[in-house]
Amino acid sequence: MNGADALVKCLTEEGVDTVFGYPGVAICPFYNSILDSDIRTVLIRTEQNAAHAASGMARMTGKPGVCAVTSGPGATNVITGIATAFADSIPLVCITGQVSTNLIGCDVFQEADITGAVESFVKYSYLVKDVNDIPRIVKEAFHIANTGRKGPVLIDVPIDVQNATIRNFKYPEEVKLRTYKPTVKGNMAQIKKVLAEFSKAKKPIICAGGGVLLSEAQFEIRKFAEKYNIPVVSTMMGIGVMPTEHPMYFGMVGNNGKPYANKAMNESDLLIMVGARVADRAVNQPDLITKGKVLVHIDVDPAEIGKNVGPHIPIVGDCKSIFEDINGSEFECNDFKAWIDELNTYKKDLAVVRKPNPKYVDPAAFIDMLSKNMKDDAVYVADVGQNQIWSCSYHIVKDGRFMTSGGMGTMGYSIPAAMGVKCACPDKQVVAVCGDGAFQMSMCELATMRQHDINVKIIVLTNNYLGMVREYQHYTYKDAYSVVDLSGNPDLEKLSSAYDMKFLRLKDMKDAEKVIKEFLKKDESALLECLIDPMDTVK
Amino acid sequence: MKKKVFQLLVDNTPGVLSRISGLFTRRGYNIESITAGQTADPKYTRITIVTSGEDDVLIQIRKQVEKLVDVRDVKELKPDDSVFSELALIKVRADISSRQNVISLSEIFKATIEDVSPESLIIEMTGSSQKIDAFLALLEGYEILELARTGIAGLGRGIENVTFLD
Ligand SMILES: Cc1ncc(C[n+]2csc(CCOP(=O)(O)OP(=O)(O)O)c2C)c(N)n1
Repeated sequence: MNGADALVKCLTEEGVDTVFGYPGVAICPFYNSILDSDIRTVLIRTEQNAAHAASGMARMTGKPGVCAVTSGPGATNVITGIATAFADSIPLVCITGQVSTNLIGCDVFQEADITGAVESFVKYSYLVKDVNDIPRIVKEAFHIANTGRKGPVLIDVPIDVQNATIRNFKYPEEVKLRTYKPTVKGNMAQIKKVLAEFSKAKKPIICAGGGVLLSEAQFEIRKFAEKYNIPVVSTMMGIGVMPTEHPMYFGMVGNNGKPYANKAMNESDLLIMVGARVADRAVNQPDLITKGKVLVHIDVDPAEIGKNVGPHIPIVGDCKSIFEDINGSEFECNDFKAWIDELNTYKKDLAVVRKPNPKYVDPAAFIDMLSKNMKDDAVYVADVGQNQIWSCSYHIVKDGRFMTSGGMGTMGYSIPAAMGVKCACPDKQVVAVCGDGAFQMSMCELATMRQHDINVKIIVLTNNYLGMVREYQHYTYKDAYSVVDLSGNPDLEKLSSAYDMKFLRLKDMKDAEKVIKEFLKKDESALLECLIDPMDTVK
Repeated sequence: MKKKVFQLLVDNTPGVLSRISGLFTRRGYNIESITAGQTADPKYTRITIVTSGEDDVLIQIRKQVEKLVDVRDVKELKPDDSVFSELALIKVRADISSRQNVISLSEIFKATIEDVSPESLIIEMTGSSQKIDAFLALLEGYEILELARTGIAGLGRGIENVTFLD
């Protein structure tokens, strides 16, 4: 057994069933060994997307997504995907091939110091120098990636290590990391303090972030909200913690969120931030969320607590475990009826009124209609740009999931991530919604979808601009548009036919429902292009 | 701005020092000095970092450092409960006429002369950073040709806060 066989064996032991990647000589031993396993390999068309696909998979399975690429350019190409996962705390294990150990540092062909380069985007990284370390390192990598605040871990494996013979392979039962021991259980005394605040509160609210979904705490939080009538808002990464139309859900907060959600958060007297970073896009005035209220911050990462705002009651630990403890405790509180009524009034009064141009598809009405026609447990992956903001505002999550690149805002994320989701859950309906700019960053993956029968539904909102940046230039530079015009766009109908993909186009809202139904009907990949008003804005 | 001294015990893994210094650079934290060396147990390295910042930044520094996978233990070394020491090597221009004066000054500070050449001396001095600063201030009238300071190493006093690692 050689190092490459050992790597594959470790992945099998971890229950990995799919590896996304792109080969080159330096990772060939690994891709040779994988032939003898049951692991499915997906040849993605550019390495960045291997990490995005692994990210989509991880978000569905709750286990680290795996990608494997070659040294040098393969490794550097994957960096954006790793950074994207890091920003959203998505667990990944990325394996990179490396030049032979004795050549490291000599600037030989396709050598890149990848562990150095990704230092600031990974939870941890390894350069494997001894083949006998492989089992321990892989075990640790999976453990580090998926515990505490989750994130990507990179394992760089020189080709000679992959080819070296390993003495008696044994996959460790448990990790022995002397240093790394994240806190899971919340401090009970702190939890009691929170419950005491609940008993006093008149206007409590929960603001849920992506950490809730990462720890699968959404069901505990729903239970809590329903039992005591506690309203919930979410950050962009927390969309889907509550079904959109849940009577206790009051929308997404932040610059691009619902005005009534922000108002609800500001008016509350007890704010529980859970699994949320209190980051600039969600909370642009940190003092507002502490003024006249008690702020509780629950997060698994102690460094997030107090980073942007000092909470009155911090609790470090896993969101799910903490809400289990909360749900398991008895306490008295008000009925919050007046508060909920107040919030429902805000919801009515502060609803955004759009004036859609009837000559085009209205993204708001379209996304609303699309959601209503999607399966209850469908997964919606939004890209970045105006389309992302519209998706956040108008997609209705029922029993499914909503995903997007929130922290990094990486264009091109939606299609590969949706592919990862579909690979993880082949029975689910998976829809990727992107702009015409981002689509062209990822359209190489249409081939991957065709080759591996990954049936993702793609929606392109065509405005022939890098819409979000155009909108910014419209407001900031008084319409002095610079480098945002996308003329030169391909004809998507011809493009789809080149990949044997079903194609539909919507020019306005007239036939929208019929076309959407046709688009979603079968479990097959399809592309739906919607022509939207190039001058439309999200603000 | 406050100054703080943190003492870290870290796993002696390849690249551990660059992970720590990289964290400081990346997040814009100050490093006034950093020293590192093996502990009695070669599995671990002890690192002493002198840093400065506002209170909230200093709290973040500690939390971010604690988060690094290789970091086993982080302690703040408070001046009253700790022993700090630094080593400095100072090369001063001194010919026959000025040599004796420099040597006398060094004796007052219990510094030793490690090298003498016709035109210069190398003085070695250990002690608190303040003591070294004071000595350097006294040498103002002389030309300092080269100066090498190690930055401080520190240990907490007594046995109470010793970290015993398995
Ligand atoms: C990789 C990457 N490059 C650049 C940006 C900056 N950026 C943010 S939104 C946007 C425009 C996106 O255009 P498009 O995909 O057409 O979507 P639209 O805004 O029109 O919906 C750009 C360029 C980014 N977020 N990611």
